[in-house]
Amino acid sequence: MHQFLFLLFGAFCVGGALNLLIQKKTINSALSLIVVMGSLALLYLLLGAEFVAVVQVIIYAGAIMVLYIFVIMLLNAGQEEQEEAAKGSNVAKIFGIPGLFAGGFIGIWVLLKHSPADKGTGFRIGELYGPASDVGMMLFTKYLLAFEVTSILVLIAIMGAVVLARRSQNL
Amino acid sequence: MTVPISWYLLLSAFLFACGVTGFLIKRNVITLFMSIELMLNGVNLSFIAFATRLHALDGHIFVFFVMVVAAAEAAVGLAIIISVYRTRETLNVDRVNLLKL
Repeated sequence: MHQFLFLLFGAFCVGGALNLLIQKKTINSALSLIVVMGSLALLYLLLGAEFVAVVQVIIYAGAIMVLYIFVIMLLNAGQEEQEEAAKGSNVAKIFGIPGLFAGGFIGIWVLLKHSPADKGTGFRIGELYGPASDVGMMLFTKYLLAFEVTSILVLIAIMGAVVLARRSQNL
Repeated sequence: MTVPISWYLLLSAFLFACGVTGFLIKRNVITLFMSIELMLNGVNLSFIAFATRLHALDGHIFVFFVMVVAAAEAAVGLAIIISVYRTRETLNVDRVNLLKL
């Protein structure tokens, strides 16, 4: 069952990621990225990370992608401009990228097959590893400083976004 | 029946590679940003896989911080895109090759 669910949502992930590359329109790329993020949330649940799965849906698929789609619609970003590429670069795109992918994966696969750590995650469905309460406890004890610094980062990001996106009057 | 951790790592590597490829072959600046998000997601998956394998919760915290940084980056980056679009009227990165107007 675990294997079946992994293969199903892994296939969704792979399909979404490839679709992001293939699509010409920006909005279609954004929608396939949402598919990738949603199926990644399911994979996190399979790995027993409930907190991260929920946060993935709320922050990534919810907040960040809504921001992207909002900007795409605001700027009316339709068809991607295609410029005439050189013949060599087209050949590199068609043969080089899949070749690199295949070579890399064969390498990783061989490397991992012979590693002693590859014995399965050992977790079954419904068995939650890393409940939200434990993650919260760790966040507010061991990683408290990083958490507080993060709040400053988010504050600066808010101010930066407001300043940058504002129509400047005195310029 | 459990899934070997190498499957998760392969999927994570695939997502990262797709992000890199998109970053290299795409010309629309918003699509470039989405490719970066794809790379971050791939890295997050390997963090979670290793956290589960090693029985340590630290990986979950790292993923949480990566998400916060990604949100901040998306907010500031998209604001920059809007402000560039106002002055240049284009989203093609090849046309945005000078910092000055």
